[in-house]
Amino acid sequence: MIEAKGLTKKFGDFTAVNRIDLSVAEGEVLALLGPNGAGKTTTVRMLGSILRPTAGYARIAGLDTVTQAAEIRRIIGLLTEFPGLYTRMKGLEYLDFFGELQGLPKSIRQERAEMLLRQFELWDARHKRLGEYSKGMKQKLTLVRAMLHDPAVLFLDEPTSNMDPQSAKLVRDAILSLRQEKRTIVICTHNLPEAELLADRIAIIRQGEIIVEGSPAALKTRLLGPPMMELRLVETLNGQLEGLDDLIEITSRGEDWLRYVTPFPQRINPQLLQLMARQNVPVFTLNEVSRSLEEVYLKIVEGEAV
Amino acid sequence: MTVLSTSLPRVKRSSLANALVITRREIKDNFRDWRIMAPIFILTLIFPALMNFTAQIAINWVTKYDAVIVGERMIPFLLMIVGFFPISFSLVIALETFAGEKERNSIEPLLSMPVTDLELYAGKMLAALFVPLTASYFGIAVYLVGLYFSIGWTPDFWLLTQMLLLTTAKGLVMVSGAVVVSSQTTSVRAANLLASFIIVPMTLLLQAEAILLFWGNYGVIWLIILALLVVDLILVRMGVRIFNREEILSNEMDTLNPSTIWRDFKGCFLRPPQQALKQDAPLPRLNPLNIWRNDIPYLMKIYRLPLAVVLGFWVVAIAAGTLTAPLYPLPPGMLDLNDISMGAFKDVDRFSVLPGLGAGGIFMHNVRALIVSVMLGVFSFGSLALIIFMLPMLLVGYFAGAVNLMGYNAWLFLAAFVLPHGIFEVPAAVISITFTLRIGAALVSPPKGLDVGQGFLWTLANFSKIFLFLVIPLLLAAAFVEAEITPLIVHWVYAY
Repeated sequence: MIEAKGLTKKFGDFTAVNRIDLSVAEGEVLALLGPNGAGKTTTVRMLGSILRPTAGYARIAGLDTVTQAAEIRRIIGLLTEFPGLYTRMKGLEYLDFFGELQGLPKSIRQERAEMLLRQFELWDARHKRLGEYSKGMKQKLTLVRAMLHDPAVLFLDEPTSNMDPQSAKLVRDAILSLRQEKRTIVICTHNLPEAELLADRIAIIRQGEIIVEGSPAALKTRLLGPPMMELRLVETLNGQLEGLDDLIEITSRGEDWLRYVTPFPQRINPQLLQLMARQNVPVFTLNEVSRSLEEVYLKIVEGEAV
Repeated sequence: MTVLSTSLPRVKRSSLANALVITRREIKDNFRDWRIMAPIFILTLIFPALMNFTAQIAINWVTKYDAVIVGERMIPFLLMIVGFFPISFSLVIALETFAGEKERNSIEPLLSMPVTDLELYAGKMLAALFVPLTASYFGIAVYLVGLYFSIGWTPDFWLLTQMLLLTTAKGLVMVSGAVVVSSQTTSVRAANLLASFIIVPMTLLLQAEAILLFWGNYGVIWLIILALLVVDLILVRMGVRIFNREEILSNEMDTLNPSTIWRDFKGCFLRPPQQALKQDAPLPRLNPLNIWRNDIPYLMKIYRLPLAVVLGFWVVAIAAGTLTAPLYPLPPGMLDLNDISMGAFKDVDRFSVLPGLGAGGIFMHNVRALIVSVMLGVFSFGSLALIIFMLPMLLVGYFAGAVNLMGYNAWLFLAAFVLPHGIFEVPAAVISITFTLRIGAALVSPPKGLDVGQGFLWTLANFSKIFLFLVIPLLLAAAFVEAEITPLIVHWVYAY
């Protein structure tokens, strides 16, 4: 659905985005992660036909972002980094304005606006001036604006920033349901747990270049090594278990727990449980030790790993 | 890959309809802003009534002293003022709508809509003009109705047409100027500071109009309207060029970076013009031979169009000067070419406006004139440079025509007085003005592939190159010939 090759954007001497290659399939959610000024917003602006690339090209649903810009703007929805609302307008009126610019007939505009405002719990505030909206309400309204014309592709720049946890959950749920509807979504975010939760794939940008790309699990494996497992026992382990050292490489242990690293947990874990059962050692839990995406992210943006 | 369309139906609309969607929103927004509406309301209703009252008082007072003419002239003047005050708000609204949207980040959602840059520009322009112009016309109507019922005064049809056109053209200048100003800033505050570039000329224009209206020379008002319409065209053209997604989102800094500007200028100056702005191209050392051999011929080739324009104006100026000669003939006996002595040339510097006829004086005068023309050319999109260039040409044409009327051979006059140094001086002036014109034009229409700033630096560097390596040598030669050889030729031709 989204394809970019050698996408580059220069502002004078400053290269904001440098030869980015991207491919996002229909129904896929891609999270662009990166520090401020890494080039995420510029990338989204180029993909959204707002900025022209200095070099390279991008296509959305087969449409060229430069030569078929107007067509692209009809099938994409853009949630901008800053809400940038007209504070003297009212909620419903604001949506009607953007719906009209999108060329939606009046009845459809009204129908869609009502449905989305209700979904995002803004219906009661539809006649309030936008200047009176809270930060979270403003952010939700901009998301509604981006979704109003039922776009096939959504670019969401920091979709849950400024939101209280309840509103953020509402938005995340909405994004998950859009994903189920096979919408293609690109999210720019600093919120790593959110990226992990929502995205099928993550691309980390540093200084205008995509440094790594892959699923959250693949990135963790690639950059943090194979998964680490933790076995917890019901009782204190007295003495050495026979055959344990042949099966796994223990990295740390306590009286009733041990941790090991294995690249093949699907094969090793059942064998370990069988070993425990044979030797009458009751197992309390066997889990993967959670490793945060933050570790991966920091390793990359601080230049420790590529 | 197939083009994916969403399931929702769409309405096909014209460009104007798209622009009007934006206009409607902005107008509605203006009506909700009391900071705009309250003063406009006052200026539309209360101010014309006040002017009405002022006009009555003034007429009664001046009539007592038999100075009826002062009162008569004051009424059109107040008509102009009544029309102008509300449209001054178009500047405020335009700055708010263009720079304000940028500052509040509300422009980006608009830019992501399927509307063209031109539709956005037109929509915002119309919105910025609508309320102030409507208020202005309404204010004029209130003033005129008041005058009709108080003193029975009705305006002449053409005077009213002039005032309406003048008001509209001034509103358009302010709005289109505000777009240009806003494009160079990211905040309303900065835009307001730069707006003095619009307010100051407008104030001067108002004063000039006031003089004309009190003088009663309404014919000149047509010329002002014409000039304003030309400025409107230039500014709208410039605005259309500047108001695009790329420029709006690329210029996110208000600060000037002198070192970058200097580096870019140096690059443009030292590199061949074809590679001037390629930062990765090597920066050669200054090589005059290369400039003469490669850069100057290339630049002359790509500056063909402005060169043709300047040559056209040169011909027009000479012709206009010649045609003016019979209208303003020289008094008999003022110019006796058969009685020219060498001393006459030496005494020229007694007239303080003329340079001494030493080569140095002539050279410095010419250099000064061309530098002034480039400075004025930058601020007037090249037009003042053309006017400065035309003035001496008009004089040459005029004197050629005048001597012809006095029975002398005009061609011989030109060959003796102008040709010897003119061979060098006229090409120097033509080339210099050509390159100046392009600097001014670059602000309105930057060369292909360059933004306004890059275009300005590129054309300025080209001017500097051509000025240093071609114009100055020509002016040096011209000054030497004019000081040392032309007097001898004139003396030789006419004294014997």
